[in-house]
Amino acid sequence: MASRSSILLFCFYFFFFFLISHCFIVPIYAESNEEQGEEEEFSEELLLKPLPDRKVLAHFHFDSRTPPTNTYGRHHRLFPKAIYQLVKKFHIREMELSFTQGRWNYERWGGFDPISSSNAKPPGVELWAVFDVPFDQVDATWKNLTHALSGLFCASINFLESSTAYSAPSWGFRSHSSSLRYGALPTEAVCTENLTPWLKLLPCRDKAGLAAIMDRPSIYKGYYHSQRLRLASTESSSDEGKGTGIVLEQTLTVVFQPSVQRASSAYSGDRLLQPSWSIGSLFRRKVTGCCVLAKSSRVFLELERDLIAEIDKFEMENGIFGVDGMVSEGSWNNTSFELSVLPDKLIRDANGLHDRSSSVLYEFSVEKYSDSVPLNVGITWKLPVFWLCHQAPFHASRFLMGSGNERGSIAISLKSTQSHEGFLGHEVASSLTNSNGCSVRSIVFQVVPWYVKVYYHTLQIFIDGQPHAVTDVIEKIHVSPSEDKMSPGMLEVVLTFPCTMQSATLTIDFDKGFLHIDEYPPDANRGFDIPSALISFPDFEASGNFLKDNPSKSRLLFKLQEKRLVQSYTEVLLVPLTTPDFSMPYNVITFTCTVLALYFGSLLNILRRRVGEEERFLKSQAAMKLGLIPQLLAKFSAKLRLKQQGPPQPMQQSSTFGPKLLFKVILVAAVAVGWHLYFK
Amino acid sequence: MENPSNTNENPNSTTSSSSTEKRKPRLIVRLGIFLISHSTIVSLLCCVAGFLSLLILPILAKNTYISENALMPGSANPMFSGQDVLEANKMVKEILGLGFGSEESRMEIPRLIARHIVDSGAEVYYHKFHSEINQFHPLNFFSDIAYTEFIHDNNSCSSTGVNTVGIIRAPRGDGKEAIVLVTPYNSGKIELSDALSLGLGYSIFSLLSKVTWLAKDIVWLAAESRYGEYASVSAWLRDYHNPVFFRSSGKLQVDTCLVDHVHHERQDSQVRGRTSDVFRRSGTMAAALVFKIVDKQEEAEKDTLSIHAEASNGQMPNLDLINIVHYLAVHRQGLRVKVETAFSLLHSAWLRVVGEMLEWVSIMAGNLNPQWRFGIPAADYVEGTATLASSMYYQALGVPTGSHGAFRDYQIDAITLEISPKISLKNEIAHSTFLLRGGRLIEGVVRSVNNLLEKFHQSFFLYFLTSPNKFVSVGVYMIGFALLVSPLPVLAAALYSGIKLGNTDKGNQTPSINSHSNMGLAVRSWRWLHAAKVVFVIHLWGVIVLLLPHLINQLPQRTSETSMLTWTVLSIFILVILYQISGAPHSHSGNVTPTQYQSADWVILKAVTVASAAIGLGLMSIINFAAAQIGAMFLVPMCLIVHPLKHMGQMKVLKAVLLLTCNLALAILGFPPATLFILKVSSEGLGGLSLGDFWDWMESLWAWNSATYLYLVLVHLPCWVLCIHILLHPL
Repeated sequence: MASRSSILLFCFYFFFFFLISHCFIVPIYAESNEEQGEEEEFSEELLLKPLPDRKVLAHFHFDSRTPPTNTYGRHHRLFPKAIYQLVKKFHIREMELSFTQGRWNYERWGGFDPISSSNAKPPGVELWAVFDVPFDQVDATWKNLTHALSGLFCASINFLESSTAYSAPSWGFRSHSSSLRYGALPTEAVCTENLTPWLKLLPCRDKAGLAAIMDRPSIYKGYYHSQRLRLASTESSSDEGKGTGIVLEQTLTVVFQPSVQRASSAYSGDRLLQPSWSIGSLFRRKVTGCCVLAKSSRVFLELERDLIAEIDKFEMENGIFGVDGMVSEGSWNNTSFELSVLPDKLIRDANGLHDRSSSVLYEFSVEKYSDSVPLNVGITWKLPVFWLCHQAPFHASRFLMGSGNERGSIAISLKSTQSHEGFLGHEVASSLTNSNGCSVRSIVFQVVPWYVKVYYHTLQIFIDGQPHAVTDVIEKIHVSPSEDKMSPGMLEVVLTFPCTMQSATLTIDFDKGFLHIDEYPPDANRGFDIPSALISFPDFEASGNFLKDNPSKSRLLFKLQEKRLVQSYTEVLLVPLTTPDFSMPYNVITFTCTVLALYFGSLLNILRRRVGEEERFLKSQAAMKLGLIPQLLAKFSAKLRLKQQGPPQPMQQSSTFGPKLLFKVILVAAVAVGWHLYFK
Repeated sequence: MENPSNTNENPNSTTSSSSTEKRKPRLIVRLGIFLISHSTIVSLLCCVAGFLSLLILPILAKNTYISENALMPGSANPMFSGQDVLEANKMVKEILGLGFGSEESRMEIPRLIARHIVDSGAEVYYHKFHSEINQFHPLNFFSDIAYTEFIHDNNSCSSTGVNTVGIIRAPRGDGKEAIVLVTPYNSGKIELSDALSLGLGYSIFSLLSKVTWLAKDIVWLAAESRYGEYASVSAWLRDYHNPVFFRSSGKLQVDTCLVDHVHHERQDSQVRGRTSDVFRRSGTMAAALVFKIVDKQEEAEKDTLSIHAEASNGQMPNLDLINIVHYLAVHRQGLRVKVETAFSLLHSAWLRVVGEMLEWVSIMAGNLNPQWRFGIPAADYVEGTATLASSMYYQALGVPTGSHGAFRDYQIDAITLEISPKISLKNEIAHSTFLLRGGRLIEGVVRSVNNLLEKFHQSFFLYFLTSPNKFVSVGVYMIGFALLVSPLPVLAAALYSGIKLGNTDKGNQTPSINSHSNMGLAVRSWRWLHAAKVVFVIHLWGVIVLLLPHLINQLPQRTSETSMLTWTVLSIFILVILYQISGAPHSHSGNVTPTQYQSADWVILKAVTVASAAIGLGLMSIINFAAAQIGAMFLVPMCLIVHPLKHMGQMKVLKAVLLLTCNLALAILGFPPATLFILKVSSEGLGGLSLGDFWDWMESLWAWNSATYLYLVLVHLPCWVLCIHILLHPL
């Protein structure tokens, strides 16, 4: 009751606040923001992007930041207290936590753009953190952090506490850092109970602003769902005073399949028309205003470069050069598609090469929309367009080889997507071409649990079907072998491939280990997971370049043009291990008890027996009574007859009364049976 | 069996008399001594009980039940609808509309399938493979299948096949596990049933690409079965699990073979953004379903589903997989489910008599106490026995009954479903309801397996089926085998101890021999070594016979008759040579050759033979239980009863005749070629019999890497030869 009334109160209060804010707070707030440089900030942005395989990407980006404590103090208006305490308590310098469901499809949804390289995460939970504590305290801090996060996000992140679950990559995961810890839980299921605490960190929660459109059934129905939280802090002793404070970046990346109306899915030509969609159709809600606490609140619609190029080409072919016909000019209503809302601004990628089209961002400002006039950004396709997304230079996949419960091997295969040649020509060719021709580097970072006993010396590399000496290909390698029940194995390796390479495969053999009976998880027969490997390409950087057109200081755009390594996660593998038959402990207990009883019985028998005395005793008995032995024998034969269950064989002279007795019993039984049958 | 029973009284009396002066031996020892002393009756009882327990197996069969709760078959309404049937029919028409016969048109079907798969939004690729000739490599019998790097260079392009594989990545799934659907089709000669299978496969696939409940990936393999269903599926599985990264010239050839076919397609697929010759994988396979539509063979009042489950070396898929298929087919789709049955047994008179007898006994028992009623109607009994017999036979043979066998080699549970309609497939209206049923069945099975969190492990792996919904588990049927095999060690011990005690007895009675008893005892106690040598030599011969086919295979221009003849002649020749080398087997070593030793010689040889047979059967029961069980049925009576022919002359006439006929009959039955011959005659009649049949049969066994081949040549044949040896023993 109390909670409901408090919610009502909150709603009322909120509504009131909302009304007031619309009247006067916003202008005041904005002004005050301009005056003070050091201020807490919150901004919300949403990026929508059609994907080549008729799906739509929605990427929410919430950015909260607070100035450093020593200039600003400990009290915050916007910044979530929980996160602030986390940073303070565990001396986090950087941290990233992601909850992901589904797989990012690198081939169809892109592997080269900033969105994919920073937001494509492996399924399950991934956590890494850099601490600002002395070296010997890092592990302890990590353990405490996992428990704190576990409570905060209602997830079993605390399983990362055990030293078998996390590793300390030295350079394979990120640049050199001794206090980095990395852990992943590939089996962790992601659900709304993880989203709700994440939303609580937002100043408006999901009551207002962009987060309000997160209709739970819609966002969990998507093909990919990744909820991410990233922290960067300069609250450390070393750079006192000059840092940017704490930056909390919360992103939610969802890939939708827009519902297709039967009519529009008809073939036109040989190709399917892209489905038309809008925010309302994707989320079943529309944007009804911004979060008043947000400094900026925007929606972007991105059209990829290849898509623009395709549209341009199509229009060229058809000879359409209307006054505003060229898409490059940024029309929002042309022969190929139509936007449902007039964009406020058009931003073009300045990075685009001059001979090619560049990707286009349409910006919509949420401020001017409200309940009565909701923002419903959408796109309606008029012509079938087909384009390819921008892929990473190599498509990485990982799989298991072999069968059986004894051993197997892990193979990581890299297939050239042939898209890097173009880039090599322009961007990195100068840095790559050295004396012995052009080459591409890639870093493989792989953590393997201890029960998969990898033999690192069996690393084999095949390039284009030919085996290569490991030393020729590997530039740098760092292996930390697994320790049974102590730590996982970790492989970090820098490989150098020739540019012309079509495919490369790394194989490494392993033995499957045995676990102790109480180390098996409840669903042991499902198999055991090997977390994703991370393949990154240090020669390539994914970054947009919207800087020229970013006067509005959009955090999302800043993020997009940050230079990032192109990287891709591989599949999670499932290794079936030998499992005991858990359903039959009873049998095992019975069997072992029988064996033990037999053993101890005979042991005791031997120990307590005094052979000499027994013989003497027997002799004296035989002297006293002669009739004992026939009696014993009779007993013995009766026992045996019971055991054999067959018809009696009259062969021992001692069993004199046996057959007679048996005959009597049979006779009685036969009479009884006859009696019974007769009266039936 | 006169000799052992003669000596029966001796050990017992000695033990009982000695126990008066010595201390009593322990109970377990006494029991053992008792069993050994009554070995004749024990072995007779056990043997009869073993055969009887086999006969009553159909009565002991239990109803199947779904053990894994997570499967929840039939709990969801099927989504497969008339729309999907229309899609299937469209596909069927398109396939039948393609031209056939020419080499050019071979890629037409894969291309068509690939186009449809791409349209449904899934990934697709072609898998090219060489059909490999099964060759006998004796040295890698149980070894990995990995060494297929030796691709023969002389393979022409004509022997390459193309599988089309589509993969649905489960939305929201993590891609760790996959369910495989296989539809085999013969591209050389497309028939309506093939086209229907493909149509059904595609309509299910396209349905699954739209559903929201998938947790595991779906892989659809349209397997070109021009070179055999098994070959194409196993080639794909091999590339899935054990890919060869090293690309030799032979491997390149495969690519160049089909380059002109694929080239056109590649253009098309690049436009669509899918490179379609890269081998793609999904996760660990949870289960596989091979399904195909066959035209009806027999009159039936319902659409029929037949299930094939036996994989190589008698491995079976988890019973739960069969259970859910049976449950969905019978209780949801109203199909008639059947499993393989030995038809010749269905009309056998003696089986009916046995069934009626058992029924009568059960009725009588039921009259006494209604709870004692155990039997089933005679007709059910006959059918159950026939199904059980075929189930045992196929498991014992060790040859997979379909392409599902290829999956079992990688520990994946798989079955083949053959769906046949009640009316001929030509009737178009009828086959859409039929397709609807088939589609709903397969959708239901996929959905059930999809529900599975862990892999199949709850239910049985070792079982015989007596009907689609009845099974005999290992705990029941191993009793029969144990009963059959247990007399062997008892008899061996009895024979050995009988000889020893008998001799010492005689030695005591005649003190004149006692003078050199020291040395004589030493010789006697080591006498089994000679018998062991004979047994060892015969087994060595078995190994040589095992390896001979590898050499015979190298011969040019051979037919199965000539191969068989060569094999036989060479085997006999080697046997003779080995006899010569190892010294005359019937003569004695040393100068101590009194007649009593010689007469005891065959007894000790029999003891060692029986022991080796017991060891062989025991080993085989671990590898392939059904083979061991059937082998025991032939081998155990033969070993138990074998008696030298010359010795029979000294017996009473009636006994001698009985023993002689038994011995001869069992010796003939125990010879594998003769057994096959008799089975053939009884099932097919005398026509079309040839010497090469046995060779063909054996060839199929080794081509499928069946352990039954090893059993036959390493255990059964040497034991048979030893029995013949004993039969012809000169006293």
